[in-house]
Amino acid sequence: MDWNSVLYGQLPYVIITIAVVGTIARYVTNAYSWSSQSSQFLENKVLFFGSFPWHFGIVLVLLAHIFAIFFPSAILSWNAVPFRLYALEVTGLILGLLALFGLIMFVYRRLTDSRVRAVTSTADVLVIIILLVQVISGVATAIYFNWGSNWFAASAVPWIWSIITFSPDVAFIAGLPLLAKIHIFNAMLFILLIPFSRFVHFLAIVGPIQYVFGRPYQLVRWYGPRGARTEPIRQYK
Amino acid sequence: MDLRTQLSMSFHLDKCIGCHTCSVGCKNVWTTRQGAEYMWWNNVETKPGAGYPLTWEDQERYMGGWEVTSGGDLRLKLLKGPGKLRTLANIFFQPNLPTIDDYYEPFTFDYDNLFNAPAGDDQPVARPKSLITGEFMEKISIGPNWDDDFGGSPLYASNDPNLKGLSDSQKLMLTQFHKLFYFYFPRICNHCLNPACVASCPSGAIYKRGEDGIVLIDQEVCRAWRFCVSACPFKKPYFNWNTGKSEKCIFCYPRTETAQANACAHSCTGRIRCVGVLMYDADKIEDVAKQPDDRLVEAMRDAILDPNDPAVIAEARKNGVEDNWIKAAQQSPIYNLFKKWRIAFPHHPEFRTVPMNYYVPPLSPILHQAKGDQGGTYDPESSEFFNDVELMRIPLKYLANLLTAGNESLILESLKKQMAVRMYVRQNRVGDVGDAKVKSALDACGLSEVDAEDIYRLVSLATFKERFVIPEMHRESKTSVDPRTMYEKRGSIGFGRKNREFLGRQW
Ligand code: SF4
Ligand code: SF4
Repeated sequence: MDWNSVLYGQLPYVIITIAVVGTIARYVTNAYSWSSQSSQFLENKVLFFGSFPWHFGIVLVLLAHIFAIFFPSAILSWNAVPFRLYALEVTGLILGLLALFGLIMFVYRRLTDSRVRAVTSTADVLVIIILLVQVISGVATAIYFNWGSNWFAASAVPWIWSIITFSPDVAFIAGLPLLAKIHIFNAMLFILLIPFSRFVHFLAIVGPIQYVFGRPYQLVRWYGPRGARTEPIRQYK
Repeated sequence: MDLRTQLSMSFHLDKCIGCHTCSVGCKNVWTTRQGAEYMWWNNVETKPGAGYPLTWEDQERYMGGWEVTSGGDLRLKLLKGPGKLRTLANIFFQPNLPTIDDYYEPFTFDYDNLFNAPAGDDQPVARPKSLITGEFMEKISIGPNWDDDFGGSPLYASNDPNLKGLSDSQKLMLTQFHKLFYFYFPRICNHCLNPACVASCPSGAIYKRGEDGIVLIDQEVCRAWRFCVSACPFKKPYFNWNTGKSEKCIFCYPRTETAQANACAHSCTGRIRCVGVLMYDADKIEDVAKQPDDRLVEAMRDAILDPNDPAVIAEARKNGVEDNWIKAAQQSPIYNLFKKWRIAFPHHPEFRTVPMNYYVPPLSPILHQAKGDQGGTYDPESSEFFNDVELMRIPLKYLANLLTAGNESLILESLKKQMAVRMYVRQNRVGDVGDAKVKSALDACGLSEVDAEDIYRLVSLATFKERFVIPEMHRESKTSVDPRTMYEKRGSIGFGRKNREFLGRQW
């Protein structure tokens, strides 16, 4: 049996199906559970050093991954000049380390603060383990295997597109080092866990974006003849 | 004009005895759940005092409420600088969020030990135990009403932000046993016309109900971003640390919809509260909220419409206000207290949320500072029973900071009216004041004898039906939002998780 083609050729479809169906089902049947489950109210001193670095680091790194998936050639031509390649790699590494630092603060906080421990569920532990594996394997790949931004664009991205276009071709990534393969496999576990954990909260960012770029300040709901479900009192600037 | 209706509550501060029956009534009905133990949707504070959560009125620290920018726009204090973009920057960590330590760690006592402790030399004790972690607590250092009755304490009372602008001798009074003053201040959510909580919620989970103005948090839509807790200057949305949802006073809407009084108002032993309907012009809200401090209360009064004016009634009908609501508005005790008699005021109008609950400032103690060498003005040998309101023990400035954004003349007007009513009633019952004096007191503040009689009746004799004029809502006939029948909707009101457990958490 060819493990590569099972893990990276077939499993992604199972996982994506579960994630998409599960997420939609959870939203439709139980929107109540969509929450960032913030624990800042119980502890906010360590959280400050965890949450800011973690979120800014990881969001930018994630956006970079997504950008590379859609515009691999842009990355490759940017990297054609050595100085620009170094700059990109160093920035990525710094952001990764920033996220790792934040994550370590999270772990420390969950372990040491009894109030935060009291609201920690099994799902939260899984979330932290998966994120730790993901960030550590990512940062380690960046350190031990140079020019990851290049070969991500050159081999991982074509593999992702082969999955998206329903013609899975594991040959693209078969030759990648083990560390990178762990990174990819763990990313699939992350996607799998989205509907079953607090991970959904990054999808809930749609609300804040609507709020910032359009929604009026005030909302009114009418039950009677005015009909409309929500209605602005007025948009203040 | 955009006429809308609002349910509103009034509080007669002279009559509040600080018994906390209201808080307990509310808690028993709504907040005896895990994660909600520390929530007091209704709480009663001792003023001067630090309040609950501690120093909540200090908006330099909490950044609650609105401000008018130099460009003349209304902006949430929380969003200083880049405006709403700040919401995205602070979504991961909120610098102005109070934590549980600003309230208190909810606790119980280890009562079992009292019964089960093995025989020994010492009396068994019930040690305090955290309701969050289940661990024993070394000692309890803060709790609800921690500064109850500490009106003169240098630790709590002197931290009251409302003391700003008071003279040194007035501040000194607070530390002198025979001169200090304090009173009780019950608070619920103000169900504001320009609610900062609604405006700050990035999920759009908080909304104001059109028909009765009650501000609610949709539990299905709340995503725990916690901005409402920071933005509300009154700190009335509370974060449930267990469910990860914000909750707040719901004005007992399941009760008011069926014309029953709110749990707090219903249980009030001092009978200090009234509940009634106000009609207001929603087009004026923004303008009201932008007024300079000393104009705020008057602008709010201007936005409230006269329910007996035929033009207003026609407008109400046009906007779909039902007849029982119009009738209730015409009998509204709140309208009389706030607009007709002008003796009640909103709480901290300078936060610019246009709050919709009203407070009648306290007169007591009737006998004020002692005479002469004590630095006071009260003359124990005087034959007068009442003294000048300007010389009352509670400084006007303090009440003005609390209720009128610093406008002392409004407070004085209210106190004079209340004093005139007292003189009128004493003359009627005891007869030692003198008709001429009563007449001049009433004339001086523009009250007629009928008004005096009405005020007297409402604040001292009024029955349940007079104090709580709450029209039924008949939501069952309004199907535009949710077509299910009331029978199908049963059990849909309430808080907390649905009982599905997965991966160690109930969803
Ligand atoms: S008092 Fe606070 S929670 Fe209540 S409506 Fe006003 S801003 Fe919102
Ligand atoms: S029940 Fe009434 S009198 Fe007692 S504390 Fe509450 S508001 Fe005051």
